Amino acid sequence: MSRDTLLWRVAPPILRSARRPQRVIERNATVYRRTPMVFISGFFEPLFYLLSIRIGFGALIGDVDFAGRAVDYAEFVAPALMASSAMNGAVYDSTMNIFFKLRYSKTYDAMLASPLGAADVALGEIGWAMLRGFMYSISFLVCLAALGMAGSWWILAALPACLLIGMAFASVGMALTTYMRSWADFDWVPAITLPMFLFSATFYPLSSYGGLGWIVQLSPLYHGVALVRGASLGVASWGMLVHVAVLVSLTVVGLSVAARRVETLLLK
Amino acid sequence: MTANEQPVIRARSLTKKFGEFEAVRGIDVDVRPGESFGFLGPNGAGKSSTMRMIAGVSPITSGTLEIFGLDPATHGSEIRNRLGVVPQADNLDGELTLLDNLIVYGRYFDIPRAECVSRAKELLDFVQLSDRSSGRVDSLSGGMKRRLTIARGLMNRPEMFLLDEPTTGLDPQARHILWDRLYRLKQQGVTLVLTTHYMDEAEQLCDRLVVMDAGRIVAEGSPRDLITRYSTREVLELRFGAGRNAEYEGRLAGIGDRLEVLADRVLVYADDGEAALREVNVRGLTPESSLVRRSSLEDVFLRLTGRSLEE
Repeated sequence: MSRDTLLWRVAPPILRSARRPQRVIERNATVYRRTPMVFISGFFEPLFYLLSIRIGFGALIGDVDFAGRAVDYAEFVAPALMASSAMNGAVYDSTMNIFFKLRYSKTYDAMLASPLGAADVALGEIGWAMLRGFMYSISFLVCLAALGMAGSWWILAALPACLLIGMAFASVGMALTTYMRSWADFDWVPAITLPMFLFSATFYPLSSYGGLGWIVQLSPLYHGVALVRGASLGVASWGMLVHVAVLVSLTVVGLSVAARRVETLLLK
Repeated sequence: MTANEQPVIRARSLTKKFGEFEAVRGIDVDVRPGESFGFLGPNGAGKSSTMRMIAGVSPITSGTLEIFGLDPATHGSEIRNRLGVVPQADNLDGELTLLDNLIVYGRYFDIPRAECVSRAKELLDFVQLSDRSSGRVDSLSGGMKRRLTIARGLMNRPEMFLLDEPTTGLDPQARHILWDRLYRLKQQGVTLVLTTHYMDEAEQLCDRLVVMDAGRIVAEGSPRDLITRYSTREVLELRFGAGRNAEYEGRLAGIGDRLEVLADRVLVYADDGEAALREVNVRGLTPESSLVRRSSLEDVFLRLTGRSLEE
């Protein structure tokens, strides 16, 4: 990261100690170069999701009202699924995988014996989870297009939104993972992500929740869904800045906690 | 040490606490460039804690520590850039091949990829693992893993090489291969700093060493020097049967320089062990078993602390 950018100056001190997090990404890329099947399997999840809507729901449910216009239900749900898939990819990579490297394989101990520091580990791992999530988002887009559900070119604007979602969930996922003590603790992961998936204005608009809408807005995924949906339907609003701010804040907090915890756990 | 020869390690009153537990209790250490230096002691003596502080992966609690004249608290990354590390527990990358383990590690030091590849091949050759370069770490024996860890630690061509218990758990043949490789590094002028609880290892590799016990340094010198000072050249071990060793103390008096009665055996310290054994036989004593061996850390340690390393 260049030392005179705004991002650099507002970054918490621990993250500013990072030197070459890209080497951590490079390490992971070397591992996955030999196991490309992981990426191919990631392609099927969105395909099945989309097929289920295309075949079933779309015909049962008519149009949905979004930002004052009628939107085809498939077009309404697809971006939300894309956002959820970005979340799932990031969470999967930043929880199980990182726990294994942290507690069992001692991968980070080896990194910390080199000039790399805790901030490089945190930034690198989250950067990797983000890149991996981005690959999933791209395959999601390809599926959308293939099924004739891509709508307009605006859908491309959903990609950066998915990057933000990946970043936020990977950061928070890694931070929480550093507090986990055994594999049993991972039972909590779906207990958190599943309700988020179901209740983040994924399948119906925020207005359907009535007076409970404010709870929905507490879900980080809600902000992701709103961004991806707005982008893919070509609806821009100032409110989107709030969604971006929420996801960026989660990223910064998650990253700082993750780096701090790696330091506490391994550099003692 | 000449005036312009800055020590590579300089520790004064170096202390490490984990909560209430004091693992390292104020030690002073100086290691000169090109020297082979050893920390000897039983498990829990504070050797590994000291090594981790020197390696810049464990903050010191109090005292001062300078590595290459730099403070690890503020210049950890610069220090680690010039160090090679072989930790006590192998932390090789199980998801990578042998060759990739070295290349990826070299990249952590920002060494250009092409350079990493050529160094990695050269080092696999050096540790005699070239034929397995595309294999997985899991398929290696303990000795091979250690050799690979040594190769990895040399990727950045370190000025100082830190080895924590490099041969613990290895069979004799694997140990000898390792010693040979480390000896070659020493000849190339690399500063070696190692911990061990094997005296023969220290004798093979160390110019100078400190004996640590319960977080303190209890003796310092060359291996020869320590044995001369605290033990005899040889030791005769006699076993008279469980619980009966103490009875023989009086009847053995005067044989060798000194006697040490342990629960399971009597140690007779003598420069000539065979001569001492003949004297035992002349006195008509018939131990169940006897063994003449060279003095070891065990003996120096026993003398210094009154305790056996095995206890």
